[in-house]
Amino acid sequence: MPQVMDADRMSRALTRIAHEILERNRGLDDLALVGIRTRGVPLARRIARALKEINGDEVPTGALDITLYRDDLMRHAVGPQPLVRRTEIPFSIDDRKILLVDDVLYTGRTIRAALDALIDFGRPRAIQLIALVDRGHRELPIKADYVGKNLPTSLKQSVQVRLQEIDGADEIVIEGEP
Amino acid sequence: MTTRTVDRPSDSTRPESTGPGERPGDRPNPSEQAAPQLRSRHLLGIAGLDAGEITLILDTAVAMKEIGGRAIKKVPTLRGRTVVNLFFEPSTRTRTSFEIAEKRLSADTLSIATATSSVTKGETLVDTVRNLEAMSPDMIVLRHSSSGAPELLSRICRSAVINAGDGMHEHPTQALLDAFTIREHKGRLSGLKVAIVGDLLHSRVLRSNVLLLKTMGAEVWACGPATLIPSGIERLGARPTTSVDEAVEGADVVMLLRIQHERMHAHFIPSVREYFALFGMTPERIRRAQSNVIVMHPGPMNRGVEIDSEVADGPYSVILEQVSNGVAVRMAVLYLLAGREEGTLE
Repeated sequence: MPQVMDADRMSRALTRIAHEILERNRGLDDLALVGIRTRGVPLARRIARALKEINGDEVPTGALDITLYRDDLMRHAVGPQPLVRRTEIPFSIDDRKILLVDDVLYTGRTIRAALDALIDFGRPRAIQLIALVDRGHRELPIKADYVGKNLPTSLKQSVQVRLQEIDGADEIVIEGEP
Repeated sequence: MTTRTVDRPSDSTRPESTGPGERPGDRPNPSEQAAPQLRSRHLLGIAGLDAGEITLILDTAVAMKEIGGRAIKKVPTLRGRTVVNLFFEPSTRTRTSFEIAEKRLSADTLSIATATSSVTKGETLVDTVRNLEAMSPDMIVLRHSSSGAPELLSRICRSAVINAGDGMHEHPTQALLDAFTIREHKGRLSGLKVAIVGDLLHSRVLRSNVLLLKTMGAEVWACGPATLIPSGIERLGARPTTSVDEAVEGADVVMLLRIQHERMHAHFIPSVREYFALFGMTPERIRRAQSNVIVMHPGPMNRGVEIDSEVADGPYSVILEQVSNGVAVRMAVLYLLAGREEGTLE
């Protein structure tokens, strides 16, 4: 179970992403972060904290649950429905630039669902995508704007992002044969 | 870390693992980790549910409630699913609530009220439903005056059956929305004193509520005139009393049940005025309860019979919240049952 990122490097990757956000958007006006549940949410909060340390400005942060928008929900005849958790976006997304945050970018289907969900909340000026890990194997035409680490993987492998807030430690590990 | 056993294609980076501490603070029981689910593909009553299943429905309803607060109150979840609302008894609140819940989940819905259907031409329930099923609905929401009608349907139907009230038996979604409302205000169900006052004998709302509240560990008092207390109510776990003061004393929740006018003709109570004098919920009576008591009523309410207008419109009244929470709870039930296709019949 090789570790591909430890806590220190994760923190530096997130700080770098924060700098890239500032560079690309020339300031934080009209920006907001939306994390995809589960692990996108603490990542979004950390990026907000990093942005505040660099620039001093608060960026509004929300949490998005995409379960009800999944494209595979009703495809399985028998089996438990995935847990639905609360979406909390306590600000208007109209005319804002939304930074969507997820831990692992893989097939792109989660992001497709997240885009549909976001657009039901209003009409953002733009949506940019932040992924801590991009492991490839896209099934939809989706690309991240900010990537913590590009990680070539095989389809048999699984990538686990662990975060202090949820799992008690910060690390990324790859499981399975290459 | 629980990874789901069903193989959802190519989304393995997003297991449905509930990260501890990741949920909002309203979840009292984080103990069921491994993909909680409903065991039955029908919702026939509270009687078939355990505490874990009730908690799952209530937790899911928390997420569903947020959708009702959006500008676009709709998610695509049940797109292409057909839900038939089959109402053999008049109902405004429950039917509207189910319809709104279905539409918010993007299901195709149709509502059949018996007054305009071929039931008036003498068709039986089973024949009506067989004909409806020939048009392949996915779910049937049934309100019927006979106790056990949903159970009967569940045995002959391919569709999932949701009981929207059957005779004097059960009204599970009402009890669930009541529990949801209580939990929103009190943060929990267990250990609360709940007083249910009114026509206990003819009330399916009472039965479902007692079953649910007892399963979740609440203390339930059932109060009404002796003629309207069903025998054997102790066996459900409720404490019967004819003293409204005893029932309300120290209560966290006071729930009133409707006194149906037709009961008077059957001599269960002498007069509306006498009922109000002895059992009507007045501001004076409610003072015996906890200072943060909430007052509930499943509707439709008779002002001046079971409830004083001052109580119905008072600060502790959550009667209209119950109505809006009904939509969220029904969305949760529809969503959770939609995952349980034909498969095995219980």
